[in-house]
Parts: sequence; structure tokens; C-alpha cells
Amino acid sequence: MEPGYPHLTEILSHIQGYIFPNEIDLQWGILIVVYPFITGLVAGAFILASLERVFRVKILKPTYQLALLTALSFLLVATLPLISHLAQPLRAYEIMITPHGSSAMAIFGFVYLWYLMVVLLLEIWFDYRQSMVIWSQEKTGIMKWVYKIITLGLSDISPRTLEWDRKLGYFITVIGIPSAFILHGYVGFIFGSIKANPWWSTPLMPIIFLFSAMVSGIAMVMLIYMVVSYIRTKDLDINVLDAIGKYLFFVLILDFTIEGLDQIHRIYEAEESFETIKLLVEGKLYLTLFISQGLIGTLIPLGLLAFLQFYKGRIRLRKTLYFITGILILIGVYSMRWNVVIGGQLFSKSFSGFTSFKVGLIGLDGTLMAAFWLILPFGILAFLLWLLPPWKMVPEDY
Amino acid sequence: MSQSPSAMDNERVKPSRRKFLKSAVTIAGAAIGYQWLKSGQYLLYGADPEDKNVPWYGIVIDIEKCIGCGSCAKSCKMENDVPKEPFFFRNWVEQYTVKNDGSVEITSPNGGIDGFKQTVPDEEIFKSFFVPKMCNHCYKSPCEQVCPVGATYLSPEGVVMVDDKYCIGCRYCVQACPYGCRFIHPERKVASKCTLCYHRLKKNLAPACMEVCPTGARMYGNLRDKNSEIVKFLKEHTTQVLRPNLNTGSKLYYNALGMEVK
Repeated sequence: MEPGYPHLTEILSHIQGYIFPNEIDLQWGILIVVYPFITGLVAGAFILASLERVFRVKILKPTYQLALLTALSFLLVATLPLISHLAQPLRAYEIMITPHGSSAMAIFGFVYLWYLMVVLLLEIWFDYRQSMVIWSQEKTGIMKWVYKIITLGLSDISPRTLEWDRKLGYFITVIGIPSAFILHGYVGFIFGSIKANPWWSTPLMPIIFLFSAMVSGIAMVMLIYMVVSYIRTKDLDINVLDAIGKYLFFVLILDFTIEGLDQIHRIYEAEESFETIKLLVEGKLYLTLFISQGLIGTLIPLGLLAFLQFYKGRIRLRKTLYFITGILILIGVYSMRWNVVIGGQLFSKSFSGFTSFKVGLIGLDGTLMAAFWLILPFGILAFLLWLLPPWKMVPEDY
Repeated sequence: MSQSPSAMDNERVKPSRRKFLKSAVTIAGAAIGYQWLKSGQYLLYGADPEDKNVPWYGIVIDIEKCIGCGSCAKSCKMENDVPKEPFFFRNWVEQYTVKNDGSVEITSPNGGIDGFKQTVPDEEIFKSFFVPKMCNHCYKSPCEQVCPVGATYLSPEGVVMVDDKYCIGCRYCVQACPYGCRFIHPERKVASKCTLCYHRLKKNLAPACMEVCPTGARMYGNLRDKNSEIVKFLKEHTTQVLRPNLNTGSKLYYNALGMEVK
């Protein structure tokens, strides 16, 4: 019937009830699920790093640089799914040149650049400067010059200068904490401020995004710490895992409470859209909301983490449980992003019906592309760990 | 040492200063009152444009007159280069059928372009009516608010437009429109929507959908001109906008709008 848009024609037969004719196609697909997931990992990883730096949780020292480099790796990729999802990707720069003041999205470029340039890059640079200077003296050939270039020619490593490095680094971390909150709270605001969409429109959205970001970021750094230790054949310090697990437990409780509050509020107020949203969560979102996000991603990890707060027995078992918890939490947070982004587009704004979403495998908006954007940060992280190995830092403190 | 409160007050606030404070409060109160009064007018007539020399367009759709022929939707596609497939509409017609059991059936096959067939048996029908839909040309439009580059804007005449050469295709406006009036043009790869046939308005021609409506169910006009046909209609009829709770400043007024319509 419609040769040009076979995927839309297929969806036509899956529509339930009545939807506005322009609503058949989902505007934001899997790439926009990936985007807040990645941004959340950045914010969460950074907050874990700042626990060590600002709040002096010394036990977390081995994860400090790892967390910063993880944050940087994911931040470098964060905008790419967004840009590749634009209908006019070549015009993406317009958002920086002529931002529209009243648009939540317009500020993203600036929040992003602030976070990348002022917070992460500067903090990492101050942190590594002494090591980079020493590496540039030790190495030969091209690597000598690489390190020379990234020190930006500042090779003074007198105690007084190093003290300044430390002070400035600390100062930036202090700025970085609210910045991380803004970065991800703001991503939540992009959704939470859309009054046309009752599934998104809640002032709790930025807070929900923030806490789920912290949960996912901390879980990701924990997993990376485990994997990196395994690859380096170094012994994994169970005390570090216990410390991360403790924070993860508390943040997950907060996250669960706030998301629960949001749902209870919806159910109790039962506004105009309630019946539609009820059908949505009991139908199309059942698996991803109740099973994937609720059970697998929240309740089971909560149970495991609660158990690990008390169980101090076999180390091997504890490590395995932490690893499983980390994976489950990441599945849960990814599902949460899915439920927000995709779930919010499955019902019609007429509140009279539902459209359908089928993610393709190939194409710019397909699963493979999304997987690519999710894997790419690990490649970047591997490169950064090779270039700036935390375990070879001077003075040795890893 | 104790001092009575009044003595303290007398010391602290001199009569001249008291007078000044009084008049300041009065002026502030009057200013707030005036603003409030002004905003009352805003709600009625969809804002007061800055440029008084141009019309400020509003639209009326009289549901009682619509026969569901779909000419409006068809002419719109022809006039405005809208893809023919049933996934892209600037303008469409919905058929509402309220059954005796209270349930409501809504359909809009191909936007109503090919007409409607009533599928509910006559004896089950409580009532049935048609509702044409199009951009509401809101003066506090959510789509304009969220556009990250300002490609969506309000023309001086109060028409919500998209700059094709500027839109980055982020689709945020499509998400923000509560009425489902926007789509991404599959060939031009930018947001697309009703422009009230701005190109025709500029030539003093009526929008295509209004031109072809056989029953005169659609009307547009200058809300600033208190003698215009549209203002007269608004005076004489009880009209309503869609989703008034969202406070979008819609300038599309429906006559005889049923509660079933969202």
C-alpha cells in the first residue's frame, strides 16, 4: 500500500484504540534510550570519584582515577547518539551558535561543554600532571612527545607547584559535584518539563534521573574495577567492594523510594491520563517495568546488597555477588531509561490508544548502532588506561 | 531598658518615609492589578500582539457544521506538499461515536480524506460527530518553547511556523505538542506543521482547508478586530479550546466541543 514507509505500514496493524495519525512513528528511538543511560554513567562515576576526593573516603582510592577516566570515556561518547539521531545532523552546531533561551535542550551543549572542559578534563589534568611530566622524562620516542604535549609544556614539578595542582584539583572536584548533579538532573528536566506528556511531566523527573544515574555510575565503576583488576591479575580488595557496595545500597534505596513515590503519587492522584498509563504499565511496559526494572534491576540487587552488608564470610562468594549485583543494576537502569523514553511515546496524547515500537537491527537508529555507542566508551577507556595508567602514577598511590 | 512598640516604630519610620512607603505599595498594587486585568484579556482573545498593524489570527471550528467530508485534510495535503501516506497530516478529521453503553469510538482512517464509514450499528449509537483537527496556533506554544535553535517561531500574526532551513530535526517539538499536530517530513527531514497557509494569507487568500469546506465549518480571522466575523462568533457562542488545562494559549476555538474530545 505504502511502498515508501513499510515499517509504518506494519505498525498500522498493531495500533490499539485511537491515536493521532502523526503519532504512529515513535520520534525518539533506542539511541535516545542510550543517551541518558550514558550520561547517567558519567554523572554517577564522577560522584563516586568525588566521594574519595572531597569527602575523603580513603578506602575508595583505588577507584578514584578509574572513576574519572570512566566518566571521561562515556562523556566523550554522550552526544554522539544524540547527533546521529537528528534528522539534520549537519546542523547540530546551530544548537551552540544560536541556542533558544526557553528550550531545555538548547542548554545541553553548554552544560556538556562545561562538564567536559572545566570539570573532567581539568581535574584529570591536574591529577596527572606530575605523572605526565615524569613520564615525558622517562619515555623515549613518540610517547615522550605525546606526554610533553598533554602536559601543555608545564613541566614544573616543584613541591609548591604540586601543592597548587592538588588545591586546584580539589577546588574543581568541589565545583564538579553540583555540575554532575546539574548534568544529569538536567537530562531529567528535558523529559520532566514536557507538559504534553503525563508519563514524563513530573518535577521528580530530574531527581529520579539523578539518583538512577548515581546508581548506574557507581555500579559501572565497581564492575570496571573488578574487570581491570582481573585483567591486570591483581588481587581485588574486598574492602573496596564493600565500601562501594555500601554506597550503592544507600543510593539504590533512595532511588527506589523516589521512583516509588512518583508512582504512588500518580496512582493516588489518578489524573486524566491515569487509565491510559495504567494500561500502558500493565501491558506494553509490563516486562521492562515490573520485571526488568523493578525485580531484576532493583529488588534483587537491593536484597543482595542488604545481604552483603551483613555477610562478611567467603570472599569469593561476595565478589561474585557484587559482580552479579552490578550487572543487574545496569540492566535495571537501562530498562528505566527505556521505560521513560519509549514508554512515554507508546500511548497517544489523545489518551485513547497505543502505538507500537519495533526496534530494527541495522540502520542509524537500530540495535547495532546503539550497541556500538555503548561499547565505544570501553574502547576509549582502554586507551585512556593505557595512556594514563592509574597504577603507574607518581607518587605511587594505587 | 524597655520601650513601647509604638515609640520604636515612630523612631524608626519617619512620617515622610511612611508616606513614601504607602504610595509605593499603592503603585505596586495597581501595577499588579493592571497586569492581572491584562492577563484576563489575554485568556479571552489569545494575547495582544506587539505589532498593532497586523492581524492577530484565530481560528474557529464549528463542530455542529462539520459533515466529515475530509475535503479540508485532502486540500491541505495538495496545497502544502504533505506526503500522501497516512502517517503525515497537518490537518485531519476525527469521527467520534458515543455508544449507548457510554463507550466512545474514535476513528480517523487516512485522516478522513477518503470519507468515513460508520461501523457501529445504528441502534447502538447514542450520538456521533466529526472533529477536524489542526495546529492550534497557540500563543504560548509548547513547541515554540522547546525548540533548541528557535527554528519554530510565532509570526507577527500569531501563526506558529517552522524555518525549514534552520530546523535540526531533534523532534523535541513533536514531543511537546499536546495535540499531535507535528511530524518530521520524511523527505525534507525537518519538523512540519500547519502554517495556516501563510503563503496564501499573504496574498489575502483563505487557507486551503477553509476555502474548500463546503459547510463553512471553519473560520479564521483577526482577533484584534472586534468587529470581525470571528470575534462576533466568539461573542455569540460558547466556545472551548482543546486541553485548556495545559494553558498553551490555543487560538483554535471549537464550538460545541464535546467532553469526549482530547
